[in-house]
Amino acid sequence: MYSFDIERPTSVADAVAALGADEALALGGGQTLIPTLKQRLASPSKLVSLSGIAEMKGVSQDGNTLRIGGGTTHASVAREAGAFPALAALAGNIGDPAVRNRGTIGGSLANNDPSACYPAAALGAGAMIVTDRREIAADDYFQGMFATALEEGEIITAVTFPIPAKAAYMKFEQPASRFALVGVFVSQGDAGVRVAVTGASEGGVFRWSAAEEALSGNFSADAISGLSLPADDMIADLHGTAAYRAHLVSVMTRRAVAAAG
Amino acid sequence: MTKVTMSVNGKSVSGEVAGNTLLVDFLRQDLRLTGTHVGCDTSQCGACVVHVNGEAVKSCTMFAAEAEGAEVATIEGQAAADGTLNTLQQAFQDYHGLQCGFCTPGMVMSAAALLKENPQPSEAEVRDYLEGNICRCTGYHNIVRAIMAASGQQVPAVAAE
Repeated sequence: MYSFDIERPTSVADAVAALGADEALALGGGQTLIPTLKQRLASPSKLVSLSGIAEMKGVSQDGNTLRIGGGTTHASVAREAGAFPALAALAGNIGDPAVRNRGTIGGSLANNDPSACYPAAALGAGAMIVTDRREIAADDYFQGMFATALEEGEIITAVTFPIPAKAAYMKFEQPASRFALVGVFVSQGDAGVRVAVTGASEGGVFRWSAAEEALSGNFSADAISGLSLPADDMIADLHGTAAYRAHLVSVMTRRAVAAAG
Repeated sequence: MTKVTMSVNGKSVSGEVAGNTLLVDFLRQDLRLTGTHVGCDTSQCGACVVHVNGEAVKSCTMFAAEAEGAEVATIEGQAAADGTLNTLQQAFQDYHGLQCGFCTPGMVMSAAALLKENPQPSEAEVRDYLEGNICRCTGYHNIVRAIMAASGQQVPAVAAE
């Protein structure tokens, strides 16, 4: 790693101030950023660790809305988001137990890895990304592989999820990394049917609108049995071809709909 | 350099660390607690698992500065002061849950975290919890048997998968 300073502010305001420095980067749980730093793919002058900010941690429910602090670990979400079982299950299946004890929802969404699980949940449930300065709807937030609507130094302080009537996440795991080779989050709630796909597209997480339309009339796996996606912009790598991923999207969507009931 | 103070195996320790000093390097190089191993250094193998505030973490993927004020537990703190192995460690010995021993510190610390959270795990739950701990010698069967035994359960004759 290149050398850098590390700061541990205890409030969001102090963290935002610290991130004002040149080449400063926010450090969530570090489960992606630290390996990236080890490979010298980033050279911040300063890391601003968000792990000491109590106001950014925890899960709370207000009516039909679940609010998760941006610094909440995957393990905490798995334990405490029982009001939204599909989300708790997704969090409890990210990486491995030690990774889940450090990695955070805000860190995952800020990074927007094209194969990460949380972006599918946020987009598939119509979440709101709450930052230190504004609220961003998930539909506007994800802007392509590793790209988001976040500005320099903007911190995800919380994510709010409307709790859907039905939801499920199905992940076809890449067995070595446990990232999603393809993962599909489906939900049916006040905002209608949403289908979000991670791991598949060169453009990062996306909504499969044709499936959403078909499921809106008939929320069953049969309703999408004839649907398929073009393989044009699918990711192709040593783990799977573009056609394979496109096929997996249909399969995982059907499984997710069946699991959501 | 930043000063950090933490409790390691119940003892208060402090030291000067650089921003990029990993927790595992602070433990091994500054405190000379070399029982915690670095296998892959890429968060995959789990040889470096320690407990921070009671939770299993990969100490190669956390900065020492982030453990400021934390309670850290390593493999060195598992046996009694006179060297008597704890139940879990003894079970690893009794059931031949190690061969070369390189992954063992991480395996024991992960297993200890599992048993704290779930005192009577099923065989499937043990295997699932050890997803982030890699062993190249044993084929895992005897590790799973050791953990089942340490939890006071009947040790299954695990089938080859």
